[in-house]
Amino acid sequence: MDDILLSINNLRTSFRIDGQYYAAVDGVSIDIMHNEVFAIVGESGCGKSALSLSITKLHNMNYTRIEGEVNFNGQNLLDLNESKLNKVRGKDISVIFQDPLTALNPVIRVGPQIEESLTYHTNMNKKEKRDRAIKLLSEVGMVNPELTYASFPHELSGGMRQRATIAVSLACSPKLIIADEPTTALDVTIQAQILDLLRKLQKETQSSIILITHDLGVVAEMADRVAVMYAGQIVELASANDLFKNPQHPYTRSLLASIPNVGEDLHRLNAIKGIVPTLMYMPREGCRFSHRTPWIDGSMHEENPDYHEVRPNHFVFCTCYKDFYFENEGGA
Amino acid sequence: MWKTVLRRILILIPQLIVISFGVFLLSHLMPGDALSGRIDPSLDAAAIEAQRERLGLNNPWYVRYIDWFGGMLTGDFGQSFIHRRPVTEIIGERAVNTFWLAIVTLILTYLIAIPLGVLAGRYKGAVLDKSILIYTFIALSLPTLVLSILMILLFAFNLGWFPSGGSVSALIISEGNTLVILMNRIYHMILPAVTGALLGTIGIIFMLRANIIDRTYSEYVLMARSKGVPSKVIFNKHILRNSLIPAASGFSLVLVFQLTGALFIEMMFQYPGMGQLFFSSILMRDSAVINALIIIFSVIAAGGMLLSDIILTIVDPRIRIK
Repeated sequence: MDDILLSINNLRTSFRIDGQYYAAVDGVSIDIMHNEVFAIVGESGCGKSALSLSITKLHNMNYTRIEGEVNFNGQNLLDLNESKLNKVRGKDISVIFQDPLTALNPVIRVGPQIEESLTYHTNMNKKEKRDRAIKLLSEVGMVNPELTYASFPHELSGGMRQRATIAVSLACSPKLIIADEPTTALDVTIQAQILDLLRKLQKETQSSIILITHDLGVVAEMADRVAVMYAGQIVELASANDLFKNPQHPYTRSLLASIPNVGEDLHRLNAIKGIVPTLMYMPREGCRFSHRTPWIDGSMHEENPDYHEVRPNHFVFCTCYKDFYFENEGGA
Repeated sequence: MWKTVLRRILILIPQLIVISFGVFLLSHLMPGDALSGRIDPSLDAAAIEAQRERLGLNNPWYVRYIDWFGGMLTGDFGQSFIHRRPVTEIIGERAVNTFWLAIVTLILTYLIAIPLGVLAGRYKGAVLDKSILIYTFIALSLPTLVLSILMILLFAFNLGWFPSGGSVSALIISEGNTLVILMNRIYHMILPAVTGALLGTIGIIFMLRANIIDRTYSEYVLMARSKGVPSKVIFNKHILRNSLIPAASGFSLVLVFQLTGALFIEMMFQYPGMGQLFFSSILMRDSAVINALIIIFSVIAAGGMLLSDIILTIVDPRIRIK
């Protein structure tokens, strides 16, 4: 397929804790197409961010082991050394971070922080870089880009700072933008503005976005395809439409059921029982979600779970989806 | 900003009044005065009384306080009964020595502390980092007096590289060549300055190391890495610069410490500065000198704080004093 922009193959990212390596991302394979918004959803601690940082090896490699393949432009990014990776980082693949308050260097003005990636990836001179930075700032919706160019990060509001970090990530017109919870740290009205902006820019530049989020509303609004992640694995992969209309995996269904509806008279929120196990205590065999659905008969799970294509391009991990029911619904 | 500076200087006036009052009170709570114990016992009482009257010792306390405080404002700290000279003159001679020692110590402190702190932070956990930490822990637990004695023992007595005390050799003064005298003064300064610097570096090393480690894991460094900035540039531009900001503001605090707190070092090295003068004046109950020095130290400390704040607003764009 020529349409594939980035192909992640059996990626396994492990962190060293007390001398032992524990996999936070455990065998993930996904293909990102050209010109698509690909969302990865899951609770905190599911390995979403670990996955996103693994793509360009941004982890502290002293404590991290990354195995598998990340194929991009005919090369495996995981095989590249630091200086070759630096040619890809920021130029072809850039990252938008979660917290715009901390993602910008507090003592450098906004403009030069945008220019920094231009310095290492283009031959622009000072004037050209400045023009480009100001153009980017106006593209991300700054009312007075010249003023913002010369501002320090602390002089901007949270929403403006996130716009500035988006401008930073767009500087070299990357083919892929990894947005790691870009709206989590912002209030709701600003969230909508930032999402609109991201979508508009994505349409204009024809680039692809990997959108990491735990907010299903954001997914519904933005994504073309969605991967649901649990405990380091993708448990369901489908187009956004399919996923919301026809959720299959127990985890996906629990996530969707946990969204409260306005107007519905609820005594309790439908929370998912238990928590995502921490890295050191994560079950490594069988269906990892099984211990949060103890009312389901254990024989429903596969011993060595595999992906099942329930519909064209709609994949579900493990067979337990077939007989899943919610605890309060009673037996099927 | 200059408005603030002016206001801070104006605030200094009531502070000084309170401090001077406290100092005055304490020195007058001490038994005896300038005349007791220093006068020929065979002198007749009427003559002593006449002297007391002449020196103003019989005036009520508030008159004497106002006299003293008013004199200070014009730079007159009174007379030392021990040295039989104006206090201003005595302190003036010593202040020059202390000032130059403090400057040399300060330069040495930063020359040692910055590279060590940066190396320790950059290579956290490595052998280099661990040996630097061991050095700081040893220096931290060594009292100034002990380190001074060790330095004198090793470099002055055993090796004979440096003089064990004083600020200049008497023989050289008599020869009178300015350059030679200057070199001789620096030569005398090295040992006390190095000792002061070895102790003064600890705080800066700790602070720099912690800052660098903290900044290394900050999100803006991750962001810079995601832009494809080479790691060397990231260290110099994003980590080091941000880590040096607190160290820069610590500059004047170290200076204040050296100007006022180098007491033990000056004492051990018999270096004729303000610290040594302070110590010997306490031993000899020379209250005019003690009072004057406490006031001067207070002004230096307050000025140092102000200087710190000014430096901070210059190097850190986030901080503006209003």
